[in-house]
Amino acid sequence: MKVLGYLLQKEFKQIFRDKTILAMMFAMPTIQLIILPLAMNFDVKRINLAVVDHDHSTYSSRLINKINASGYFRLVAGAASFGEAIRYVETEKADVVLEIPQGFERNLVREGQQPLGISVDAINGTKAAIGGNYLLTVISDYNREIPVNANGFTKMNEIEITWSNWFNPLAEYRFYIVPAVLVLLLTLIGGFMSALNIVREKEAGTIEQINVTPIKKWQFISGKLIPFWVVGMIVFTLGLLIAWAVYGIWPVGSLLTIYAFAAIYLVALLGFGLLISTYTENQLQAMFVAFFFMMIFMLMSGLFTAVDSMPRWARIVANLTPVTHFIKVIRMVVLKGSSFADVGLEFAYLVGFAGVLNGWAIFNYRKTS
Amino acid sequence: MSAVLLDHITKTYEEGKVIAADDVSLQVEAGELFGLIGPDGAGKTSLFRILTTLLLPDKGTAKVLGYDCNKEYREIRARIGYMPGRFSLYQDLTVKENLDFFATLFGSSIRENYDLIKDIYRQIEPFNNRRAGKLSGGMKQKLALCCALIHKPEVLFLDEPTTGVDAVSRKEFWEMLQQLKKQGITIVVSTPYMDEAVLCERIALMQAGKIMAIERPDTIISRFPDTLYAIKAKNIYGLLTELRKRKEIASCYPFGEYIHITLNAPASPEELEQALVRSGQEDVEIKKIRPTIEDSFIQLMNRANTEV
Repeated sequence: MKVLGYLLQKEFKQIFRDKTILAMMFAMPTIQLIILPLAMNFDVKRINLAVVDHDHSTYSSRLINKINASGYFRLVAGAASFGEAIRYVETEKADVVLEIPQGFERNLVREGQQPLGISVDAINGTKAAIGGNYLLTVISDYNREIPVNANGFTKMNEIEITWSNWFNPLAEYRFYIVPAVLVLLLTLIGGFMSALNIVREKEAGTIEQINVTPIKKWQFISGKLIPFWVVGMIVFTLGLLIAWAVYGIWPVGSLLTIYAFAAIYLVALLGFGLLISTYTENQLQAMFVAFFFMMIFMLMSGLFTAVDSMPRWARIVANLTPVTHFIKVIRMVVLKGSSFADVGLEFAYLVGFAGVLNGWAIFNYRKTS
Repeated sequence: MSAVLLDHITKTYEEGKVIAADDVSLQVEAGELFGLIGPDGAGKTSLFRILTTLLLPDKGTAKVLGYDCNKEYREIRARIGYMPGRFSLYQDLTVKENLDFFATLFGSSIRENYDLIKDIYRQIEPFNNRRAGKLSGGMKQKLALCCALIHKPEVLFLDEPTTGVDAVSRKEFWEMLQQLKKQGITIVVSTPYMDEAVLCERIALMQAGKIMAIERPDTIISRFPDTLYAIKAKNIYGLLTELRKRKEIASCYPFGEYIHITLNAPASPEELEQALVRSGQEDVEIKKIRPTIEDSFIQLMNRANTEV
């Protein structure tokens, strides 16, 4: 026990002596949590619109006014022809082209129907889809207001939809992303720090000197994992406080559940870092391997896109990363107030990950080659 | 019982392509100062890593203090001190913290074994609070030695302790080793410097994974089979090319400002000198000299090469 105590003391000394690493460990989560969710936003605003109005009628100008008034669109050009308008898209000045054909008003009044042309720049898929949808909503709204339709010959059967957003009433993006970014930061600290730290001992040759001492394997490994576990929990607490202070997000569910998950999640992540360090020889290798997995973790874990809408194979991969489960749980507990019983399966997953990753790492860590 | 025993040890890397130790057998008696002498890549470090239980040999048995290196490594690790060739202490910890750390790992303390290290430790004690990374080369060396000694080991393994250290520090270091030997510690040291060989009681000359001789340094020198001459002339490079062409020369190699040569049976140095002068060499000087360990090493190496 005395040996382990001294190992921990030495490890903490080294952490606190490396000012850059120390600053990064605490500044990174703080700054990223404050900045990232503000910048990352799926609400599409300021869609640049180019209009080709072949009709020049009261109806067409009323439609254009209505689109303008919606607040989502910015009219950048009124073009004389479609060819001219599409050039605005090509030069990235416009995102959407709305083409109003000749006889728009006449056809609407006489025949009660009139096709419109919408062309969307789909380079940015999200913006295209959402922008196109907004435009359709505005047009169908307009459609309902047209006198012909409003008090037309036959009253159409219409389904009216009203909805409410549960757990995130204003459907604000930050409620979705802040808890996930918190998980991401914990992942970075847990995974990278532990992997690099042990490899650094390899690189400096100090592990050689340690290996010839009578110190036991479990002592050395615990001496490495415990400090980063403690640092991870502190960073997590810091992150929760920032989420509360800056975004007003405070877990609806129990803090105890969240901390239980964070604790076991960190054990799994540290095991992952340890595993990387047993397979790599220097910090550069460790960095690349860790980075490779971090990218997969980030993109496949449901941080940005829903896991449920991924293809089957991708869902399997996503379920095989511990990050996916923790992100899911933290969203459920923080926003929805799920109880421990609701997320028991996810807890079992994380315990499994912690067991497998650490077991594998300890098995692969040998003092003798 | 020998302090260190290697019995037909073979170790290869990269699936047998690189041979680090080729059927090596040697014994080091308790209390001995034993030197492993050989150029870089001779396999010295591999032997050290086998003996310090960091590396498993492919074949053969290795024992330290009677304990088997494969099976009883726990016993060995508690009883040996190892100083790797590369400085491998924590650069971001201070001198005192490093010492404390290694003492604690061995379940000891600085105070407990202060007597053993005091002569060395006193020299670095003024820098107790300096980080190890900020010490000079010689100081690092002393600190590493202190850390290897702090648990009062019975056998001390020093892998190239004087590589990259200045001449004065090297001399000091060997004096420290002599002091430690007096305290009864068995010391196994490796070095690529032949001039350090004579400071050991017994040495093993090593080349390409093989041990060529294990003897006392003076015995090795006295076994030098031929008479050795040192020769020099105004144009030393011209002399060397000329010598390499001559049949009466058994071996020749540059050695400092001289060229060391041995002669084939009937030739005499006087005849050689005359012949050289006739062939246009100026200021030829030839003298008989006493061989050094390096001469013995080269001779043994040449013999091993011709036998192959």
